[in-house]
Amino acid sequence: MVEFYGTAVSSRLMLGTAQYPSPAILADAFQRSKAGIATVSVRREAGSDQAGADFWALIKELGVAILPNTAGCHSAREAITTAQMARELFDTDWIKLEVIGHTDTLQPDPFALVEAAKALCADGFKVFPYTTEDLILADKLLDAGCEVLMPWGAPIGSGLGLSNIYGLRTLRAQFPDVPMVVDAGLGLPSQAAHAMELGFDAVLLNTAVAKAGDPAAMAEGFAGAVQAGRLAFEADPMEPRDMAAPSTPVIGKAFLS
Amino acid sequence: MTDTAITILGAGVVGLCVATELTARGQRVQICEKAPEPGTQACSWWAGGMLAPFCEGETAEEPVVRLGQEAADWWEAQGVPVVRNGSLVVALGRDRNELTRFARRTAGHRTLDAEQLAQMEPTLEGRFSKALHFQEEAHITPRAALKTLWQNLQSRGVQFASATPVSGRIIDCRGLAAQDDLKDLRGVKGEMVVLRCPDVSLHRPVRLLHPRFPLYVVPRGDGVFMLGATQIESGERTRPTVRSILELLSAAYALHPAFGEAELLEIGTDARPAFNDNLPRIRQRGQRIYVNGLFRHGFLLAPAMARQVAEFICDDIKPEVMDENLSEW
Repeated sequence: MVEFYGTAVSSRLMLGTAQYPSPAILADAFQRSKAGIATVSVRREAGSDQAGADFWALIKELGVAILPNTAGCHSAREAITTAQMARELFDTDWIKLEVIGHTDTLQPDPFALVEAAKALCADGFKVFPYTTEDLILADKLLDAGCEVLMPWGAPIGSGLGLSNIYGLRTLRAQFPDVPMVVDAGLGLPSQAAHAMELGFDAVLLNTAVAKAGDPAAMAEGFAGAVQAGRLAFEADPMEPRDMAAPSTPVIGKAFLS
Repeated sequence: MTDTAITILGAGVVGLCVATELTARGQRVQICEKAPEPGTQACSWWAGGMLAPFCEGETAEEPVVRLGQEAADWWEAQGVPVVRNGSLVVALGRDRNELTRFARRTAGHRTLDAEQLAQMEPTLEGRFSKALHFQEEAHITPRAALKTLWQNLQSRGVQFASATPVSGRIIDCRGLAAQDDLKDLRGVKGEMVVLRCPDVSLHRPVRLLHPRFPLYVVPRGDGVFMLGATQIESGERTRPTVRSILELLSAAYALHPAFGEAELLEIGTDARPAFNDNLPRIRQRGQRIYVNGLFRHGFLLAPAMARQVAEFICDDIKPEVMDENLSEW
């Protein structure tokens, strides 16, 4: 079990809901992944008069916790407005805060992110900020009132895995008690397992599953990897060493070959 | 041959194709449609008109690929000019992996090198080192095709009226408007742009792969091109957004910079009717048969859907896309 803002979630895998070939395949992927949380974008789908309501109804039917996101927002103001709309639509004070600073890399804008996080936390939101692995930025987000951090593995949709392992490890070590979710950039289950082995509390991904040839199978693959990685972390893995470590003593052997 | 006419609700691409198939089998048909001619009332007005079953196989399921292969011959048989030059798929340098993925997930293509591509489409010379050519694919001009079907039906004596009949067999082809009856139907918003660009000459549709902004360009002749299409989970039928149009235009500009000087002729938007698996359905409830959920495959799948409805009515052959799950009723 992992807790976010006091809510226990059974699965350490979170899935996005964009770019699947169809809602039916999306539902299959969720079923096989046993993901506990679904993120949903609202900025573009909202339109006027709740035009996205049909799709959102399908997401609600998945029976998992919903974490609306502010994907597609490029300023603090836009993100705040979108969060307020999401709160109405999904009847939740959770918000995955994305403020994009660069359209090509989809890198977060750290300054606008902190500004929006401050305003939303003050307004009673439970903010899940999509951030880089930067320590100072993490500190400012916690100061702003965030109780969860979502550092990126690599740029959104890139499938590159963990591009700065040192940075992620440092971030984890610096804030050992803050729930952290590696969000974005994962392409393969092995990369998700790696993130979990580093001690992150969960992973969030979308493209790696949605754009796979068989999204439901890939979702199940990620679920297994997340579980394996978490078990390994909890099991306190051995330390690597340069020399072989024979499992039977060499000196004093009764018989020399 | 029945005495009472079968009433078809809606004269979008599905309604017109169904009427065409039924009249071809000797059935008497009347069409219930408020508009006096094909137009913006139907989402097929905004379609691309690509008959590209193999390309669609990248994300669509098997029935789309198979049933879509009936389309080109069917449209030609109705007197609609079908351009059978295949279609091309390209990707910009940094998205080259997308082309590999697309090739792996589709059939019916061959790989062209830069020189072969330049021979086929001189406009694209030097712009792409590699392309996929789907030789069996074709394209039509949707609005002209709708008008042709409409005229064909009129000349066969089919009445178009706006009054709804109270009795007799009804085939409901209202698209998204049938949401009042079909609760599991949803809208998927699409936006498109029409340009005039005499500097660019293309003989077949070109798809530009991009992880976030996929684009297709369909040549309409006389230097006119249709750029499509966004796909947004929203039932909104109006309000094309700046962001969507920017995406379409910048993708077109990336395909060929000459599009930068193109004349902007039209921006269109509507919502496509779709079921949860994005596959079409034929459903029967009492005297009414629903044909719906053709999603982004209106011109591609309407011929096969119409054939199946006609076979069901005239020959009692159960359509393969007939919905088994009638619990909703």
